[in-house]
Amino acid sequence: MSLVLGSGPVIPDFGEGSSCETQNDFFCPGWVQDHWGDTLQPALLQHLKLTGIAVAIGFAIAFAAALLAYRYRRLDPPIGFVSDFLYTIPSLALFQLLVPITGLTVTTVEVALVSYTLLILYRNILEGLRGVPPSVREAARGMGLTAVQTLLRIELPLAAPAIVAGLRLATVSTISIATVAALVIPQGLGYPLYIGITQDVFKTEIVAAGALTILVALVADALLVVVQRAITPWRKA
Amino acid sequence: MSATSAAEIVFDRVTKMYPGRSEAAVEELSLTIPAGDICVLVGPSGAGKTTAMKMVNRLIEFDAGDITIDGRSVKDFDATELRRGIGYVIQQVGLFPHLTIAGNIATVPRLLGWPKARIRDRVAQLLELVGLDPEYGDRYPVQLSGGQRQRVGLARALAADPPLMLMDEPFGALDPITRDRLQVELLRLHAEVRKTIIFVTHDIDEAIKLGDRIAILRQGGVLAQYDTPDRILAHPADDFVARFVGADRGLKRLALRRLDEIELEALDGAVPDGLTAVGSTTLRDALSLMMSEGADALVVVDEAGNPIGVLSVARVGQVLSEL
Repeated sequence: MSLVLGSGPVIPDFGEGSSCETQNDFFCPGWVQDHWGDTLQPALLQHLKLTGIAVAIGFAIAFAAALLAYRYRRLDPPIGFVSDFLYTIPSLALFQLLVPITGLTVTTVEVALVSYTLLILYRNILEGLRGVPPSVREAARGMGLTAVQTLLRIELPLAAPAIVAGLRLATVSTISIATVAALVIPQGLGYPLYIGITQDVFKTEIVAAGALTILVALVADALLVVVQRAITPWRKA
Repeated sequence: MSATSAAEIVFDRVTKMYPGRSEAAVEELSLTIPAGDICVLVGPSGAGKTTAMKMVNRLIEFDAGDITIDGRSVKDFDATELRRGIGYVIQQVGLFPHLTIAGNIATVPRLLGWPKARIRDRVAQLLELVGLDPEYGDRYPVQLSGGQRQRVGLARALAADPPLMLMDEPFGALDPITRDRLQVELLRLHAEVRKTIIFVTHDIDEAIKLGDRIAILRQGGVLAQYDTPDRILAHPADDFVARFVGADRGLKRLALRRLDEIELEALDGAVPDGLTAVGSTTLRDALSLMMSEGADALVVVDEAGNPIGVLSVARVGQVLSEL
């Protein structure tokens, strides 16, 4: 038995750096500058990619499912149930379930992220389509538009506000959830957060990565608002 | 505008049953609508008037009998082709909110693949025809009043110059003043373009005002009477029709006659009370005027104000018995 005397409290070693960094102050702009290129920027780009792929795949699946449920009403309850169910699985548990199958890979992360977008996108697309006034549908049919023409020229454009609203929700929530991907793969803005928390409790890294995540979400949301306004000039008119 | 041909429509023992109902929605309906006429289908709810109309453009398929347009069965057409050739106007208008007024009017011409320039000219022409300023073309439906929207609905239905128009209670949701104005405009428009129009309403006054012929339907889609407004008012086929047209059918008949259409009494120098009415006034309005002014007679004048004859209360009664 040996007592380690004089070792004192365990203080992480922040190595060489400015006094701000060695004292682990709340936020050190110098560190962000020094590590933008090797840490934050790659993480940011990875994060955008993870989110983009998840929302794109999620949208494709939800869109097809919503069209089916719109056309065949009795398909709505089963599809709705599956998307509801997927949404309720905690992300950590979902990773646990997927890792044995797909391993510590991007696929694992994307499968999880996609499943969280489905409910929001499916519900919004379906509600958007169902929100088309019956009189508009009847007029379209009465004037000789085919079912496909009615869908493409009338129903989808009119459902666009609801669809984009769903995309906004899905995108922002995916940007947030994607930070958890760091538990599986060393990618995305979650990774600097994870390192900052688990390894050295380095505040600047946590603050910078966290702030970037929030910023990405806000910018993405703002961009989609612009898209929404651009494709629906008839609403505010 | 180029008034193309109107079509003759024939209903030949057309029957429609809805599953699970013992009573037919439309039963053995036979009607011949001459080309260029306005035929009003009228009756209480449940009389199958909208069903009868929608079978013409096959929004509803009939079970037995046949409907022909200029001799050709509607069943021989592809349903979408058929619909593109028939103007369709509904009560809720159903304008496409995401398209401008011009875009709405251009719907069928676009489906038919008209060149852009022709569509643009046609839209301008139609806006003028329905009494809307050309600048409305760039607006969206949400920026228009109810009456203006139905004008656009009318223009949209007329866009490809169809020989037949179907109108399902088009003025039912409008306030009485707007409704009256649009009824007058429809008659003006019809005089100009001379389409065959099948018009559905539950309002007998609207039917009398607009119809060249009126088909009165009763519960179960059975035709109770099909004739001109005047003959229906003068000789209702049965008690149902008599009740449906109302106890004031005598007065309603007076509304069908204008002062310049009847034989007036001669001007004998003595001009009674100075009460005057122009020749385009209906007998009903003239009678009402005399009643409210306590006069026995009035002088009928032409557009320029020159007296052309005298109408007395007694003469009104005479005219009614002669009709």
